[in-house]
Amino acid sequence: MSDVTPDKLNTADERERQKRLKYYSASQWTLIWWRFRRHRTAMIASAILGLMALMGVFAEFVAPYGPTTRDARYLDGPPQIPMFCDQNGCSWQPFVHGVTTQRDPVTLRSVSVPDPESRIYVVLFPAGEDVELLGFIPTNRHLFGLDDPDAKLHIWGTDSLGRDVFSRTVYATRTSLSIGVLGVLISFVLALMIGGVAGYAGGMTDNVIQRGTEVVRVVPIIPLYMGLSAAMPKEWSTTQVYFTMTLILGLFGWPTLARRIRSQLLSIRGEDYVVAARLAGARPSRIIGHHMLPSFTGFIIVDLVISFPYMILAETALSFVGLGLRPPTVSWGVLLQEAQSVRVIEQTPWLFIPAAFVVVAVLAFTVIGDGLRDAADPYSEAR
Amino acid sequence: MLRFVLERLVGMAITMLLVSMMVFVIMELPPGDYADRYAFRKYSGTGVSVTEADVQAIRVELGLDQPMVVRYFDWIGGIVLHGDFGQAFAFETSVVNVIGDKVWLTLAILFTTLIITYVISIPIGIYAAVKRGSAADYGLTIFSYLGLALPNFLLALILLYFANRWFEADIGGLFSSQYKDAPWSLAKLWDLVAHLWLPAVVLAWSAVAYQIQTMRATMSDELNRLSVTAARARGVPEGKLLWKYPARLAINPVVSTIGFDVNRIFSELPIVAAVLGLTELGELLLRAYLDLDMYVAGAILLLLTFIIVFMNFISDILLAWLDPRIKLGA
Repeated sequence: MSDVTPDKLNTADERERQKRLKYYSASQWTLIWWRFRRHRTAMIASAILGLMALMGVFAEFVAPYGPTTRDARYLDGPPQIPMFCDQNGCSWQPFVHGVTTQRDPVTLRSVSVPDPESRIYVVLFPAGEDVELLGFIPTNRHLFGLDDPDAKLHIWGTDSLGRDVFSRTVYATRTSLSIGVLGVLISFVLALMIGGVAGYAGGMTDNVIQRGTEVVRVVPIIPLYMGLSAAMPKEWSTTQVYFTMTLILGLFGWPTLARRIRSQLLSIRGEDYVVAARLAGARPSRIIGHHMLPSFTGFIIVDLVISFPYMILAETALSFVGLGLRPPTVSWGVLLQEAQSVRVIEQTPWLFIPAAFVVVAVLAFTVIGDGLRDAADPYSEAR
Repeated sequence: MLRFVLERLVGMAITMLLVSMMVFVIMELPPGDYADRYAFRKYSGTGVSVTEADVQAIRVELGLDQPMVVRYFDWIGGIVLHGDFGQAFAFETSVVNVIGDKVWLTLAILFTTLIITYVISIPIGIYAAVKRGSAADYGLTIFSYLGLALPNFLLALILLYFANRWFEADIGGLFSSQYKDAPWSLAKLWDLVAHLWLPAVVLAWSAVAYQIQTMRATMSDELNRLSVTAARARGVPEGKLLWKYPARLAINPVVSTIGFDVNRIFSELPIVAAVLGLTELGELLLRAYLDLDMYVAGAILLLLTFIIVFMNFISDILLAWLDPRIKLGA
């Protein structure tokens, strides 16, 4: 009976209606994403973490030099910060001063002295060491470097062997983050199985599994990890050590998540739709995976994100005391091992830079976890 | 109440039994056995060539040729019946001699840390909840994030660095050099107290951050309750009101996680001890692992876990006493 055409209704009111419609018809994940997007700190944290992950994935390209490449002319050298101006004037292209080696008149040790008269320009994409990007793309281009192929740029200085701290940190980011990812994945699978069985079966099985979980939870975790990694034979290759470490971290990281899954499963075990699925003859794995888990996937993801920092911190702590990854593997913990004493930090404070990466990564994961928790909570909108 | 305590005690015993099995498996993990390592340690550098038969003789002498189950019962039996934790190879004495008084030092560190944790985090958590949304609350939230992100051992390094730089003081260790091997005296005790605060603060760091968050969250919930509004309407003074209604309840989650805090503190102790140069229990554990001195490592791991289990028990009892809503025996 009304003759209003849609374009006549194209007013603020109609737009509001469309928005509401879009909201009500959005899927669970779209809603979570919308809510997460509004969490500004969490978005910033995601960006930082994404940057770190990219850095790790393309380590060969981002790092100007290899993790063990030595620059004999620049041992324990302080960071070289690219500049635009010096006493000889300014240039549009950033440059650093060249380094010459001299003998210290007192100790007779050779020391590297910057030569303020020479300029070496910093360029993007210079040709450098041959590397294989992602393991299969051969290239010799790097993100940045010096235009003089004989000179090396150490923006974060070098360690006592003349290895570039920036390059090492980039490669370490790959190791530390990937160990976190693998460890979390392993513990997720374990938690799913253990928590799934306990929560689905209930009763006696649940009791026994609860006891077992209690045992793993009650032993102090780092000393436990230390005991397991101390058992790794000294002659193992770095790859073996790396995978064993991820296994160790994953093998004991499951209790918190398993408990969460168990209690969630227990609480919805008696719901009608679960009973219906069971009466329809679905197998337990299908009932759990297909009918029960989707009701709290959001919370599981939050827990996974939150458990990342623990993996990263544990790996860092273990490698730091020499019971984790071993050189020549580089991880944040291995790098910090060189900065273990106050004397080193006083003389070569730049070796402490990887610590900032640990702190930033852990902070980012925590903030993202908080943001996701708010986003995954369907009732947070109502408040 | 008695039944509740008894049930918890039995549960504790079962947990410890299972933990001891796990610890024993870890002790058995490193390649080679004690006989190999013992022979190597004893004869390396002496020029005596050791044959497989010699090692086998040592193996029989130490009872290492028995199956694992038998050795486990020997080991656990020795601990339970005689308080004998086995031999410390690197020190060539019994484990009890090596660990000995270090247990008390560890307990001293633990309790100092716990006291610092609760004295700081409970009032600050209450304050943050009351002043929700203020600049102070915001600052505290940032601090507690940092508390979780900055690992204790890095904090220890940073503190050492600044102490060195500003006061030119060496603040590592648990005793000054003149008291290190001195018999116990009042002066030595005072020296210990003067050194104890730094490791305790470092260890309390993340626990404080975590508990401030817990306290703030539960306190915020409790503050919204009608009982608080009712009390305020009755004219109960604000300070008394806070303590009498919301804080009393908000403290429960903190109490229930005492065991968790102890676990966290022990987890971080070995690494913080290595950085701060505390030769006490924590670093001993680290050294035992690096030397593969597994009886020492096993004993320490078992003791630490026992303390954690015991503190869990204490926290259960405290909670049952604090919060009558918890059903005993349920």
